[in-house]
Amino acid sequence: MSKVQIKEESDIVKARSVAKEMARDLGFGLVDQTRISTAVSELARNIFAYAGEGEVYIETDWDHRKGIRITFTDQGPGIEDIDLALQDGFSTAGSMGKGLPGAKRLMDRLNIQTKPGEGTRIIIEKWLDK
Amino acid sequence: MINPNSIPILKLKEFLIVSIQTDLHDRMAEQLQHDILRRVSETSAKGVLIDISALEMVDSFIGRTLADTARMASILDAEIVIVGMKPAVAITLVELGLSLGEVRTALNLDEGYEMLQKSLALTDMEGEETSEEALAEEASDDDSRD
Repeated sequence: MSKVQIKEESDIVKARSVAKEMARDLGFGLVDQTRISTAVSELARNIFAYAGEGEVYIETDWDHRKGIRITFTDQGPGIEDIDLALQDGFSTAGSMGKGLPGAKRLMDRLNIQTKPGEGTRIIIEKWLDK
Repeated sequence: MINPNSIPILKLKEFLIVSIQTDLHDRMAEQLQHDILRRVSETSAKGVLIDISALEMVDSFIGRTLADTARMASILDAEIVIVGMKPAVAITLVELGLSLGEVRTALNLDEGYEMLQKSLALTDMEGEETSEEALAEEASDDDSRD
């Protein structure tokens, strides 16, 4: 497992390269490695853009599942309406609104826990044993 | 002093060539956009080739910055062609739901260069045709053009 603190913009690059390396070492093919690093880039940027700082936690073993699982945690403003946030093109940061729905499409699972005013935890998974 | 965020932009005849050889972070992408537009305006370049063959991923921010740069350059009368995108990157871009808009793409630098030359030749020809037509209209007093 590996942990990357998101405090500045270059940490987004760090998070996605660490995730990509771990995915490669685990045996994911090139396209999946790219999907994973892209999803990590989107969600780590969300931390930076909305919460200012937070943490990305990457693990490769959980519940006897083979794959990669990445948890994004922040103490930011939280997400008011998850369904809306998962819609393509919705954004409150002036971006394109592709991050959350895009990350969901790129991964096998995306789970959001959030409380307005308290923060957000997003878990994404990609499985090798589908 | 060399700006650590800046990516070299080379001029070759009427075109500019940019090769992104590093993992782009957001500020770097913005700096590149700025630099390309400035160089287009300084050199009156007619086309810009951006080689992204070393980019291992293009996320929504980089994608949007590239698409925006292409639109802005086109207002400055320069066409941008993105070359060398990795297949895995293309797959991921589409799944992410990102379209690069009207940005032209080519498989490699050679094809991108040909693309730019063709469209430049086309523009020149159109220009000539228009002026020839205009001359022809001026020269003839009758309406025998059918």
